[in-house]
Amino acid sequence: MSLVSINNVHKYYGSNHVLKGINLEIGAGEVVSIIGRSGSGKSTLLRCINGLEAYSEGGVVVDQMEVVYDDRQIRKLSKSVGMVFQSFNLFPHLTVGQNIMLAPKLVRKLPESEAKVIAQEVLAKVGLAEKIDSYPAELSGGQQQRVAIARSLAMNPKVLLCDEITSALDPELVGEVLKVLEDLAAEGMTLILVTHEMNFARDVGDRVIFMHQGLVWEEGDSKTVLANPQTPELSKFINAVL
Amino acid sequence: MDYTFQFGELLPYSDLIARGVLSTVILAIVTTVLGCLLGTLGAAARAGKQTFLSRAVGVYVELIRNTPFIVQLFFIFFGLPTIGIKLTAGEAGLLAMVINLAAYSTEIIRAGIESIPKGQLEAARTLGLSRTQTFTRVVLPPALEKIYPALTSQCIIVMLGSAVLSQISVEELTFAANFIQSRNFLSFEVYMVITVIYLLLAILMRQGFKLIHYFMFPNLRARS
Repeated sequence: MSLVSINNVHKYYGSNHVLKGINLEIGAGEVVSIIGRSGSGKSTLLRCINGLEAYSEGGVVVDQMEVVYDDRQIRKLSKSVGMVFQSFNLFPHLTVGQNIMLAPKLVRKLPESEAKVIAQEVLAKVGLAEKIDSYPAELSGGQQQRVAIARSLAMNPKVLLCDEITSALDPELVGEVLKVLEDLAAEGMTLILVTHEMNFARDVGDRVIFMHQGLVWEEGDSKTVLANPQTPELSKFINAVL
Repeated sequence: MDYTFQFGELLPYSDLIARGVLSTVILAIVTTVLGCLLGTLGAAARAGKQTFLSRAVGVYVELIRNTPFIVQLFFIFFGLPTIGIKLTAGEAGLLAMVINLAAYSTEIIRAGIESIPKGQLEAARTLGLSRTQTFTRVVLPPALEKIYPALTSQCIIVMLGSAVLSQISVEELTFAANFIQSRNFLSFEVYMVITVIYLLLAILMRQGFKLIHYFMFPNLRARS
């Protein structure tokens, strides 16, 4: 039984056909990297999985819940699907701890004390336990992104969507964020990443999905796909990024 | 110039001036609180989807921002009794001030709301926050932080504008000055004194806003 099931999903922006029939099954515990050029539809696909973007045709089912573009359904989904963004999107007026506790308190309705325990746990997991009372502006980009991951983990999701989460970081800060993802993968968290980190995709990822012109152009076991691309488009892409 | 200033002549009226100051301060405080609250609601309506409500708020904002305050005041005090709405001078004055500030603060706060990056809303959404929770917990605090100086200035402008209420006999500071001046003809002295008092009130109000700011936005303290 797949955790995420994408069936013939199409998406149009006006007359622009960005997703042209995507089919994917992603099982629990899988680490899936979606790669491809900008404009190939990777981020759109990712955003269709948690309802941030409405798809035009087809169907998406996550954790036995149909993903429809509706506020109430998206709120239900938020308990199964976490998301981390390229631009961190931490709430600047709240401390790290408050950022993390906000959703557990408001959405899971946990009392302050329990939310705090969760905040401490997830912060320890990303190695930032001592930053609980800091404000986002006081942290480096890498630390902010680790807090954003911790904030998602506090909702105890079954799958974590990562949308180019290292692309806005200085090169020397990328490693600490990828390390956190690696630890999560080792713990069995299901990860779906849109990424340009080919080494991570190969070494940590189980499966690579190469998107091109709104289609899944090539997919398979990450080491095999990246070492032996079957299509000229993918070999060209790999040569360009490596 | 052989005029001798007679500030001492104002002493017998110090009670009147004090009562005037008190009225002006009360008007300013009540207007600021109600005006900013209504402005927040108005901004929430304006920033959301295009609905009848958001359009109605838009019409209200334009109506108030494009007509003179004194005309709004006269309309409420002299005009409304014709259709059976009779208010005392104080009530009419306060209502006019609140309506005025609410319109301006709606636009100011809306600008703050629209400056919040879309990513903040998406983060709140993926965390499962409802629309109301997102607005009150994620959008509004940084929005207010951004437009705080503009909002402060607008509240002070409306406080100073309360001088116009003397025209419908609300016994605020300018009314007291007019009254004293009509008794002893010491125009220079009286208006000099209340000018200084208005100046002090405005400075005091700005300081008050700074104090509120200090407690409202602890994140700004941490950064500096």
